[in-house]
Amino acid sequence: MSSVLEDGVSAPSAAPRSYLEVRDLQVHFPTDDGLVKSVDGLSFTLEKGQTLGIVGESGSGKSVTAQAVLGLHKGTRAHLGGEIWLDGQELVHAGAEDVRKLRGSKMAMIFQDPLSALHPYFKVGAQIAEGYRQHHPDVSKSEARDRTIEMLRRVGIPNPDKRYSDYGHQFSGGMRQRAMIAMALVNDPSLLIADEPTTALDVTVQAQIIDLMKDLQSEFGSAIIIITHDLGVVAEIADDVLVMYGGRCAEYGTADDVFYRPQHPYAWGLLGSVTRLDRVREERLRPIPGTPPSLISVPSGCAFNPRCTYAPLNGDRCQTERPELVTVVPGHAVACHLSDAQRTDIFRDEIAPTL
Amino acid sequence: MTTSIEQPAGASAGGGVPLLEVRSVQKYFPVTRGIFIKKQVGAVQAVDGVSLTVAAGETLGVVGESGCGKSTLGRLVNRLLEPTDGQVIFEGQDITHVSTGDLRPLRRDIQMIFQDPFSSLNPRHNVGTIIGTALKLQKISPPGGDKKRVQELLELVGLNPEHYNRYPHQFSGGQRQRIGIARAVALQPKLIVADEPVSALDVSIQAQVINLLEDLQREFNLAYLFIAHDLSVVRHISDRVAVMYLGKVMEMAGRDALYERAMHPYTHALMSAVPVPDPAKEKARARILLQGDLPSPLNPPPACRFHTRCWKAQEVCKTQEPPLLQIAPGHQVACHFPEERGVTA
Repeated sequence: MSSVLEDGVSAPSAAPRSYLEVRDLQVHFPTDDGLVKSVDGLSFTLEKGQTLGIVGESGSGKSVTAQAVLGLHKGTRAHLGGEIWLDGQELVHAGAEDVRKLRGSKMAMIFQDPLSALHPYFKVGAQIAEGYRQHHPDVSKSEARDRTIEMLRRVGIPNPDKRYSDYGHQFSGGMRQRAMIAMALVNDPSLLIADEPTTALDVTVQAQIIDLMKDLQSEFGSAIIIITHDLGVVAEIADDVLVMYGGRCAEYGTADDVFYRPQHPYAWGLLGSVTRLDRVREERLRPIPGTPPSLISVPSGCAFNPRCTYAPLNGDRCQTERPELVTVVPGHAVACHLSDAQRTDIFRDEIAPTL
Repeated sequence: MTTSIEQPAGASAGGGVPLLEVRSVQKYFPVTRGIFIKKQVGAVQAVDGVSLTVAAGETLGVVGESGCGKSTLGRLVNRLLEPTDGQVIFEGQDITHVSTGDLRPLRRDIQMIFQDPFSSLNPRHNVGTIIGTALKLQKISPPGGDKKRVQELLELVGLNPEHYNRYPHQFSGGQRQRIGIARAVALQPKLIVADEPVSALDVSIQAQVINLLEDLQREFNLAYLFIAHDLSVVRHISDRVAVMYLGKVMEMAGRDALYERAMHPYTHALMSAVPVPDPAKEKARARILLQGDLPSPLNPPPACRFHTRCWKAQEVCKTQEPPLLQIAPGHQVACHFPEERGVTA
């Protein structure tokens, strides 16, 4: 269980206690229209063998967080702040070359759209083998090929020795995503980041892919970050859940905490918005009013305040003061100005009966 | 909730003709080879013998995986495509092969909402033009003028009427989808074909648009042919649901009957694959994992099209096609071995 969450930064140079530890991460992009604060003070931890689900609407900073962990903002105009510790090594201030060596070997990513993530000009097998040889310079071509075929078999691609020489477009959507997973896992990474891995897939294929990811996790014991907007997928696979809004963490806790005892009005809104397969809702859906904020002009105070039904309860505090992430019970934190008692009452009386 | 729900399948409010009737409609897209001399080498059997009815004020949900022909079906219904075979009957009138010119009056009654709010609005037209064009083409002069009518429509779908002169890029995805909806209801149609109207939107915006669609239905007694891949959205909005697989309807039933007592193995598999936002329930659920991928509609499996992935398939499934039979009132299934037990999702 991840537990470190001492309100943002905990003594900047303290040694990390978890396998992956992100502290007060900031990713800002200077643009012609102003500074886009995609991620603005995000902290979380993740242990090996655990899965963290990051949920949020488009533009909430989910993918940018993942890219920051992988060091993909290095050499761009993005301004990075905070710390990322992976297995005792700090990544934000590390050199681009050092992070490149980790990328693909110790940490790997599965992208949303496997067709555009695979190179159309190279054979799928060759692309996977390249990644393997890159991080294992002593390995011969034929050994890399054997390893690739083994991985393709492991992720459930039939006739892997034949499919090795196929191109990306010759694979179906589900098979392509399997090939992407094989590519990500070829170097046995201990951290796997999956950015909307099933969004482009049909539900039956999605079920196969999630099943595969769970299987592989129990076999290799890797840590997984899964980024998605589908609360069902999160409920299925995640141990911990991080709810992001406007580049910050709104709520963070175990999956049970967030689904059964959600604390943040935004989390209530998300749960009230989803249509459910498992029951008929007799009432209308309760959508969150308004639209997600622009990250150039994030509302002052709590970013959620213009859409929050309960903001007036705090006077103008929600407009003026940014709520910090505070721990409700160990392992469950929320960034909201409402008092514990208020949140408990509102959730019990108004929210829970409608979910 | 939607109005006029508890109608038996196919019966319209007056017990007469349904608003829309589709009779074993077929659409094959030819596949050709050769540059100068085109030779047909095959056909994509996108929709192959689908029959269904939609009553006035009713929502029929159509679900299925990509490539099952649900979007093609929608385009056949509003005649953006001409069927290869079969009949499309709207209000008792056969519109299967009506010429493009004669289609115009029909467009007043059947409208469409598209999936992608970005590519379905002309970026060089302002909102007033986008919504007002339909009025002009149909030579409707609303009292107070086109502009007033468009502003009423904008207000109806929850947009600011002042934004009449804005262009699509100045709106967010959810707002654009509202513009698309305003355009669809501008002519007060009787049937709207909604092809994945909410799948490009964020969850919180999705809920807003679903509520809007329900409000409009109640206000104008609209019928929806609601095409989606998301089974939970379809459960929320539909009165009846048709499940399609490779161009054929596998099962069709009232919403509750389908989601609580599904009989076709494919429907079971589809439902068990959808994750529900409830960790404890999710861990307790048994999942039917289908093997392999969807076969190509270019060369679909013979007889029952699902037999290659079905765990109950017998010899007969490979040789004889199961007809779509009514097993319970309003509940049609095309399977040799329909499930007996009811499942809950």
